[in-house]
Amino acid sequence: MTLALTEEQTMIRDAAAGWAAERAPTTALRALRKEALAATGHDPALYAEMAEMGWTGVTIPEAEGGFGMGFAAAGLIAEQLGRTLVASPLIGSAVVAGAILVMAGSAEQKAAWLPRIIAGDAVVALALDEGPRHDPTRLAFDARCEGADWVLDGVKRPVFDGTAADAFIVATRTPGGLSLFLCPADGPGVSRAALRQIDSRGAALVTFAGCRLGAEALIGAEGKAAAVLDRALDRGRAVLAAEMLGSAQAAFDATIDYLRTRVQFDKPIGAFQALQHRAAELLAELELTRSAVRAALAAIDAGDADEARLASLAKALAGRTLRKVAQEMVQMHGGIGMTDEHDAGLYLKRAQAADMTWGNAAFHRDRYARLSGF
Amino acid sequence: MSTSAAPDAEAVDDFRREVRAWLGANFPPSLKGHPALLSGHDELHGPPEDHARWKAAIAGKGWGVPTWPVEYGGAGLSDEQADVIAGEMERIGAFQPIMSMGLMMLGPTLLEFGNKEQKRRHLPPIARSEMQWCQGFSEPGAGSDLASLRLRCEDRGDHWLLNGQKIWTSYAHHSDWCFLLARTDTSVKHRGISFLLVDMETPGIDVRPIELINGISHFCEVFFSDVRVPKENLVGEVNGGWTIGKRLLQHERTGLSRLRGAKAHVLDLVPIARRYQETDADGRLADGDLRGRLAEHLMTDHAYRLTLERRRDEGEAGTKPTTPVSTLKNIGAAMGQQRGELAVELVGLNSLGWAGDGYSAEELELTSQWLHSKCYSIYGGSHEIQNNITARHELGLPSD
Ligand SMILES: Cc1cc2nc3c(=O)[nH]c(=O)nc-3n(C[C@H](O)[C@H](O)[C@H](O)COP(=O)(O)OP(=O)(O)OC[C@H]3O[C@@H](n4cnc5c(N)ncnc54)[C@H](O)[C@@H]3O)c2cc1C
Repeated sequence: MTLALTEEQTMIRDAAAGWAAERAPTTALRALRKEALAATGHDPALYAEMAEMGWTGVTIPEAEGGFGMGFAAAGLIAEQLGRTLVASPLIGSAVVAGAILVMAGSAEQKAAWLPRIIAGDAVVALALDEGPRHDPTRLAFDARCEGADWVLDGVKRPVFDGTAADAFIVATRTPGGLSLFLCPADGPGVSRAALRQIDSRGAALVTFAGCRLGAEALIGAEGKAAAVLDRALDRGRAVLAAEMLGSAQAAFDATIDYLRTRVQFDKPIGAFQALQHRAAELLAELELTRSAVRAALAAIDAGDADEARLASLAKALAGRTLRKVAQEMVQMHGGIGMTDEHDAGLYLKRAQAADMTWGNAAFHRDRYARLSGF
Repeated sequence: MSTSAAPDAEAVDDFRREVRAWLGANFPPSLKGHPALLSGHDELHGPPEDHARWKAAIAGKGWGVPTWPVEYGGAGLSDEQADVIAGEMERIGAFQPIMSMGLMMLGPTLLEFGNKEQKRRHLPPIARSEMQWCQGFSEPGAGSDLASLRLRCEDRGDHWLLNGQKIWTSYAHHSDWCFLLARTDTSVKHRGISFLLVDMETPGIDVRPIELINGISHFCEVFFSDVRVPKENLVGEVNGGWTIGKRLLQHERTGLSRLRGAKAHVLDLVPIARRYQETDADGRLADGDLRGRLAEHLMTDHAYRLTLERRRDEGEAGTKPTTPVSTLKNIGAAMGQQRGELAVELVGLNSLGWAGDGYSAEELELTSQWLHSKCYSIYGGSHEIQNNITARHELGLPSD
């Protein structure tokens, strides 16, 4: 296990960087704010290109029809997409839902959905959170057994990528514990309403009203899904942390550029020590985050026992760092940084949304402490 | 520094087995879990005769400086092999007994800039930890602005003549030799400085210890009056000392960042927390604020250690390490200081002891370490100076 990049990884990274810069600069995100694309929360044409390059199959094993390149590779791609704030269901669908199906899905479930996820033809979204607080161990939403069927009643919000989803993986409480159900988006009693998010991505409020599913909708054993959900979330958290690292790095680079060029009091503002020192401190944050992200992804690929703690470490640091860098991006740009026309606001809004996704820094600090025994 | 090619995986495994066996036979179990010593003058924990035995064994192998050439007291090993040795030591709770300022700073500098005779004479005793060196850089008027130093060095034909003062010279009172910067030309700033090796026994050198805030004196003032230094003790060219001194400071920063906040790093805060603080029914620290801050610190420290690992991996992979040393030095210092702060907070009122029987030895030691940790962000180039370096050299920001 090495934290340095291999030659192959460098190639993957460079390809993703080139694509993001050329095909999906931040203007692509701005386009999502227009009505036509706002409905899905991502640009399906761009997602099709990503699938064509194989990115949607990177973390899915070859035996399941994917490319089995691992999570470190997925992280490098996500990091580059993060640079230009590319909105896509890549992590939610291909990484998290993909991992759940690979780990616990039945042969039928896999056959029905994995090829479509890998081809980018379908988006599968995790319907997990229910209110202001992310806490997978304390779900209110329950599913009851009626004869051979399961009936789902309740509301999930926000469901990330929910507007574009073709199917949901619904986390519920059942008599035996936590259970996951695979439910098509047009399933009985399922309805959704778009939630317009600050980061322009497509989240939804999804209502299940007497949604009746057959036993074949259950993913894995009844009541036994907590561990699967945890591990799949950690995969998503680590790759998302990589994406956030990319966003933070890009925000930082743009800020340093500005410090070099903006002149006040007859010199570039970057000549002022007060700003230099804050920039140097941000660099330290970025470096720590980069190490934590690489280590989490490498641990997942290696099946390391410490992967949960490292995923929390990576997600918490990425949240803390991206917030700090985005705030400083606004501050150091002064008035222009507050305008909608400038990208600083896009990074700031994404920082808040990404931090809150699958547990913010405070959530993961608590989890890290618990996993460390205090 | 080593010229040997990177061995293949099988050879590494063989080497690892060899190291394991050797450590098993030579590391005294009585020293297990003791901290690496910074200076060779820190207080020893464990039986002194075991320390002596352990040090002699490592010195005999050349494993104090595994990558140095054999002729200078090293073992001529690759960086990868050196990592294997370090890793195996860490695994069994052993430590590197040969660790000094001479080794960390002067050794690599002499390897690069010293002449053959200087290397032959000075490196082997450093590698065996027989000679202690101190660093005579700072002066009362020259700290962060080191190049404004004034210690006068005159060419007297067959010798150099030194007059003036150094300050903050750590361990000068226990040192055999001093490497220092002196002024050989007063008409220019940076290009008027030379790098000298000075025997501390030379007549005219007067060393006076200064007490530190934790009551320990490892700091000294050093006065030079008409000190005669042999001509051959000049390293490099006359007036060419600034370049050499700067390189030495790079080695110092690298070494300091690797020490991971020196002694404070070996404090394991979780057991201290569990011993001194209440826990709730779930085994969590009852004080939620303290628990949060402890977690925050341990996480950042974890990421810092991963960053050191990443740098090493990048070095091995032959790519340029991405994290600048100045950045690392600052993070390491901050981690060491936070650790000290949290330790005294966890220990609470029992951290207020200065001496005597009312406090356990461990409590007194924690408090002393907390006070001492305040120097991490001052020595080796202060926090502010490192940030200046990062801003200008890494981020390319303009100078004032
Ligand atoms: C424990 C310890 C051991 C030491 N051991 C040795 C040793 O063995 N040998 C040796 O030669 N020296 C040694 N030093 C000295 C050390 O290198 C200096 O203390 C250090 O370089 C700072 O210099 P100064 O003390 O003169 O502070 P000053 O340079 O006077 O600095 C005072 C304050 O001003 C800040 N400052 C100065 N210039 C700037 C600037 N341009 N921008 C922003 N802030 C600035 C500094 O960061 C600091 O906070 C040791 C120091 C300590 C604390």
